[in-house]
Amino acid sequence: MTVTPTPLDVGAGTVLTLQGVSKRFGAVQALKNIELDVRAGEVLALVGDNGAGKSTLVKTIAGVYTADDGSMVFDGRPVRVGSPAEAQQLGIATVFQDLALCDNLDVVANLYLGRELRKNGALDEVEMERSSWELLRQLSAKIPSVRIPVASLSGGQRQTVAIARSLLGRPKVVMLDEPTAALGVAQTAEVLNLVERLRERGLAVILISHNMADVMAVADRVAVLRLGRNNGVFVVSETRTQDIIAAITGATDNAVSERAARRSREEGPAS
Amino acid sequence: MSLQGSGTRPQDITGTTAAPEENGAAQLPADLQDERLIAGHGISGAVGAFTARLRSGDLGSVPVVVGLVIIWAVFQIANSSFLSSRNLVNLTLQTTSVGVIALGIVLVLLLGEIDLSVGSVSGVAAAVVGVTFVNKGWPIVASLVAAVALGVLIGLFYGLLYTRFGVPSFVITLAGLLGFLGLQLLVLGKDGTINLPYDSALVGFATRSFLSPAMAYALVALVVVAYALSRWQGRTARAAAGLSAAPNSVIAIKAAGLAIVLLIPIAVLNGDRGVSSMFLLFLALVVVTDLAVRRTRWGRSVFAVGGNVEAARRAGINVRMIYLTVFAACTTFAAVGGILAAARLVAVGQASGGTDVNLNAIASAVIGGTSLFGGRGSAYSALLGALVITSISNGLALLSLDSNVRYIVTAGVLLIAVTIDSLSRRSRQAHGRA
Repeated sequence: MTVTPTPLDVGAGTVLTLQGVSKRFGAVQALKNIELDVRAGEVLALVGDNGAGKSTLVKTIAGVYTADDGSMVFDGRPVRVGSPAEAQQLGIATVFQDLALCDNLDVVANLYLGRELRKNGALDEVEMERSSWELLRQLSAKIPSVRIPVASLSGGQRQTVAIARSLLGRPKVVMLDEPTAALGVAQTAEVLNLVERLRERGLAVILISHNMADVMAVADRVAVLRLGRNNGVFVVSETRTQDIIAAITGATDNAVSERAARRSREEGPAS
Repeated sequence: MSLQGSGTRPQDITGTTAAPEENGAAQLPADLQDERLIAGHGISGAVGAFTARLRSGDLGSVPVVVGLVIIWAVFQIANSSFLSSRNLVNLTLQTTSVGVIALGIVLVLLLGEIDLSVGSVSGVAAAVVGVTFVNKGWPIVASLVAAVALGVLIGLFYGLLYTRFGVPSFVITLAGLLGFLGLQLLVLGKDGTINLPYDSALVGFATRSFLSPAMAYALVALVVVAYALSRWQGRTARAAAGLSAAPNSVIAIKAAGLAIVLLIPIAVLNGDRGVSSMFLLFLALVVVTDLAVRRTRWGRSVFAVGGNVEAARRAGINVRMIYLTVFAACTTFAAVGGILAAARLVAVGQASGGTDVNLNAIASAVIGGTSLFGGRGSAYSALLGALVITSISNGLALLSLDSNVRYIVTAGVLLIAVTIDSLSRRSRQAHGRA
């Protein structure tokens, strides 16, 4: 079983590498010596129990928190991310769970919020609408109209808008925080299709999810966090779900597994 | 459905009818290709879209226009001189100051905030003009600049308190209501009332300056042509970008409608003194504010902050700057409104900007259809709301009814307006247009 972190493959195609990242909140060690790498055109699922440090790690990468220790290499250069804006400028886009959409504005306005296109000082609505359609079509997104308020969209469509918005900054890494939480079956499938399309576009996708079915369906590799530490990186095509769940829950070092291991050791010489 | 297999989606959707659907989609504009979209074409399509919007609770300025028609009809029946040219010219003069102040209120309401001090700020600005221009003998321009600058500074001060210390705008401006009333009394000193010279340019502008009929009609022609041109330009740009565009017939009908809406009142007003320069200034401020909130990045940011502050912040909008500019714009409009009120009444006194001004301005914005809940409204609601409020007081004054009735009627209209706002908000949520 892969309990120790797999050796880092800092080869070609690696977009983002974390080395020894640690983060403390007072007396709580939220992250300790986290090692992580993501490659272009890959979906890396980040899984772990509640309180394992997933959100802290994502927020550290996104520049919401600054790491106490450790280094981050983005696109071959060591970087320090001091704020969410800096992360976005580097090319790290994050879609947080609350999506941060303005319900009173239409889809176009939400997509271009904060980076509106202008012509002669006024908003260039035509160009924004045209390129909104272009982007949504590329993602095969099913949005009936881009001129309706976001409030009238379904959960999956809102997620699509939020993800599409993150792509406008031409990022290299997209982090999705629980994109399928609170979505129905069809909408979840829609979002997972979208994740695959991001991968086809050559983006590195970091997907945080509690849903193992989603993870197994869409991810290439799975990085497990447990109690703020790495607890293994698995290649999905070569791993069973149980192994990942065992790594998440720490079933490998609980009373049951320890007893089983001891018995097998004792029985070993006897036989 | 296979989650691993991607790129199979188009076939999934269209299934067996793929070929005809694709042919249809190729001809449709990019924004009308979704099969679920209910889209009409031509004139009937435009009318259908409008009624559908109303049904879903997106009422816009329809309730206030209906209300205005009812109010005018009632007053006209009660007193046949209400809709006379003479009285309507008076109405435009009376509307201006409260309308200008309401314009600022619309902006703060768009953020979901409130400014309760606009009355006091208008009073203190008027007092500054009175004291510096009349008592100190400053040139009129210097007096006006000083008063408007005071308005800007007050708003920046509010914005600073709000953004730095997070004090609710309700409390900040409640303090401003009291504080600037005190400042107004302090500035006026023991004289109490200052009469503005009747032959000064300021008073002349507010009371005696009217457009000649020819100028008024020329202006209408200009506005209608500019409207039609900008619509047509928008249409060609949309068509060039492969988007749906309103047909020329709809543009022509809308331009003709605009011409009628402008020409009838102007013809009536020209029966007496004509279109007041002061009212024209108000209309110009409304149009400029409307363009600023709808067509600029700043305006889009105002709506975003009013809708979801956190989303706006994360989108990289300088939220602090938006609050500062909006609070400053509001108090600046209040100062300008106060100066215009003083100029029309040819005097500044302790009662300037007192009692009603505040609530009339806020009521105007709300009656006009700007939501109290933030993120929804239009500059035109200041114009329409101010017309309603002023029509009520004007009409009741014609009937020689006292201010007691006026307060009660105004309160009723305000309650109706807020109820319509709440109901339509609920309906919008039910129809997914919140």
